[in-house]
Amino acid sequence: MTHLPFIVASYALGVAIPIGFGLAAFLRMGRARRRLAAIDPRARRGGLA
Amino acid sequence: MRSAVGTPQTGRSLHRFANPGQFLRLSGAVLPWLTAGAIALTALGLGWGLFFAPADWQQGDAVRIMYVHVPAAWLASSGYLALAVCSVLSLVWRHPLADLAAVEIGPVGAGFTALCLATGSLWGKPMWGAWWVWDARLTSVLVLFFLYLGHVALVRAFDDPTRGYRAGAILALVGVVNLPIIKFSVDWWNTLHQPASITLTGAPTMALSMLWPLLIAAIGYMLAFAAIVIARTRAAVLERRIRSLLMARAASDGGEAATSMLPQEGV
Repeated sequence: MTHLPFIVASYALGVAIPIGFGLAAFLRMGRARRRLAAIDPRARRGGLA
Repeated sequence: MRSAVGTPQTGRSLHRFANPGQFLRLSGAVLPWLTAGAIALTALGLGWGLFFAPADWQQGDAVRIMYVHVPAAWLASSGYLALAVCSVLSLVWRHPLADLAAVEIGPVGAGFTALCLATGSLWGKPMWGAWWVWDARLTSVLVLFFLYLGHVALVRAFDDPTRGYRAGAILALVGVVNLPIIKFSVDWWNTLHQPASITLTGAPTMALSMLWPLLIAAIGYMLAFAAIVIARTRAAVLERRIRSLLMARAASDGGEAATSMLPQEGV
């Protein structure tokens, strides 16, 4: 594998970028859900937060 | 009898599906399955492509970059198409979720376009001897990246979010002209970039042992893109709800304490 560094770099980016976006999205969703539940208990009961 | 596209009934159906509460319930049920499918298929496709798919007789092992580069390229274009569809829904039907979805597609599409450009560069260096050439395909994808960045910046550039959504929607629709240029650039001009190996009308020009991992990786990446956009849109809906609750509370209290708790929109 003479082109190993290029292949490894491509796969690292190919994994890191979606995981980065995914983690950021799920953390943001959890933060919003907790904040909504704190200010609106009805949302928690309705299963939306 | 069901109505044709464009009738008022179509608009009413769209609005029924655009109800934020219904979206939260539906997406909450779909999201775990979408995420699990995305992780499983992407891992399978990339693992197969990296360890088990054959090397190319000309390019050797460098061809394995294809299993990341090609799905990213497909998603860069199809993500922009989704952005344009949201823009039409927003401008024509005033779809309440289309604006939020468009805002959330922008950064994700830009990320996948950056991935396409970066992996293309990493593939180009060992194969062409250059990180970058001003080839029609590469240049048109770079323009797509700038269109995404322009959309991300434009929707956040106004104090009134509605004006930002309208301006972003118009930019997204104008930018659609770039999609056929990207697709057909390798046919219209004499480019260093190779022509398409997979078309809708003809048989693929690559071996099945390479095609299968490529398709699996592409489906995995598509599910990941959808899961990320849905999760971001869910967060945006919740943040909008928090903002309106706090604004209503601040208005009824006559105080400003609640407005200091307003959530910032994520990028």
